[in-house]
Amino acid sequence: MQNEAIQVKGLQKSYKNLPVLEGVDLEVEKGSIFALLGSNGAGKTTVIKILTTLLKQDGGTASINGFDVATKPDSVRKSISLTGQFAAVDEILSGRENLIMIAQLRHLKDTRQVANELLDRFGLTDVADRRVSTYSGGMRRRLDIAMSLVGKPPIIFLDEPTTGLDPEARLEVWKTVKQLANNGTTVFLTTQYLDEAEQLADRIAILHEGKIIANGTLADLKKLFPPTKVEYVEKQPTLEDIFLAIIGKKEKK
Amino acid sequence: MDTVKNYFFSDMGIMLGRSMRHIFRSMDTIITVTITPIAMMLLFVYVLGGAIQTGMDNYVNYLLPGILLMAIASGVAYTSYRLFMDMQRGIFERFHSIPIARSAPLWGHVLTSLVSNAISVLVIILVALLTGFRSSAGVLSWLAVAGILALFTLALTWIAVIAGLSATSVDGAGAFAYPLIFLPFISSAFVPTETMPGPVRAFAENQPVTAIVDAIRALLSNQQVGNDIWIALAWCVGIMLVAYVSAMRVYKRRV
Repeated sequence: MQNEAIQVKGLQKSYKNLPVLEGVDLEVEKGSIFALLGSNGAGKTTVIKILTTLLKQDGGTASINGFDVATKPDSVRKSISLTGQFAAVDEILSGRENLIMIAQLRHLKDTRQVANELLDRFGLTDVADRRVSTYSGGMRRRLDIAMSLVGKPPIIFLDEPTTGLDPEARLEVWKTVKQLANNGTTVFLTTQYLDEAEQLADRIAILHEGKIIANGTLADLKKLFPPTKVEYVEKQPTLEDIFLAIIGKKEKK
Repeated sequence: MDTVKNYFFSDMGIMLGRSMRHIFRSMDTIITVTITPIAMMLLFVYVLGGAIQTGMDNYVNYLLPGILLMAIASGVAYTSYRLFMDMQRGIFERFHSIPIARSAPLWGHVLTSLVSNAISVLVIILVALLTGFRSSAGVLSWLAVAGILALFTLALTWIAVIAGLSATSVDGAGAFAYPLIFLPFISSAFVPTETMPGPVRAFAENQPVTAIVDAIRALLSNQQVGNDIWIALAWCVGIMLVAYVSAMRVYKRRV
């Protein structure tokens, strides 16, 4: 039994003449959270699209759960789920109907039960029968992630899961991702927020100009920098701390 | 691979159920599709029709086939709109990262187009009955009419699929339908082609709408259908095949 959920070797992709990936290598251990960090346009989404069989690579190999993405796409699709950059939910259906639809497409039995469990787990039971178009951004994202968990795929891809969310919804997503990993799911996420990678990931890789320029645990990456100097700095609360503190007080009242 | 193929019909059924829900939850798609042809029909029957010599004593009977084709032409614009929105919102990517038959989401939209256009056609026929439309056609003739209309819908739907898949904006996705809606005006749908000047008449008599309209009209009024039905079928099947092959090519490139 191999220990890698995802293995990528020498992955290459160009759009027309513009090279986007120029030999990406990475490995993700089973049950871990892996963050792919990079600025806008670095090719993070391209990596995700190739690993989720939506796009074919020009060179190199990638295998998911032991299945090659190019030659065994159906087996790969059975092992994964994708939460894309934009909440891919059906606006006109209700939250419950969205979940049941995915459960049916994954050919599960007792789709209603599956939907109920996920609605409950993501705190969406109260709004389950409302149209998704009336949901807030955070609720939509939660539903989106819940839809990815239908059928309990062992590997989950999250493409910039917190982009465009308010701080509270962001914390909710972080909590969910941590829970997933605790239950043994492998999580591959992309982000452009450094603190997100720092908070969540067991391993972090930095994608820059088509290559992985750094890869390791947070501690490994910190070693790449000059040794820490001790300085005394007054710690000011960040605006995020203040925002969350005020909101928290309001809700307790 | 086999297991995925086995589920093609059930996957397609789930997709059909999804977009039919969309239609029933926003009835405006049926209303906007039927209201213009109905208004057109009333305008021609009660305002302009009296002055048009068709050789048939009941002008609604003359007019109805062309009105139905107009309704279908505007109805398929919604197919490309729905397809475009699915591509845009990323829900197609979600479907394609699930182990389902690759073309099931597309076929779901095509079937939806067939069902929703059939509903529009029924609504328009009901209104036509109120304005005096009568037909002496038997069951077989009606079945033949339904078959021609279904083929016509499929042909235009596959054109709509190409537009929906390759459009870069919502407006672009529906724009292809305008010339199609206009086509019945330069045909035998509203007036006989005999009064048109040479080149216009030549165009009108050799474009698909005229053959289809003439075939349906003959079937509904229990007249000899003649060659029209074969020309009509050839047009529908021909357009459908060409559009289907190109649509599938675009689809494979896009997903």
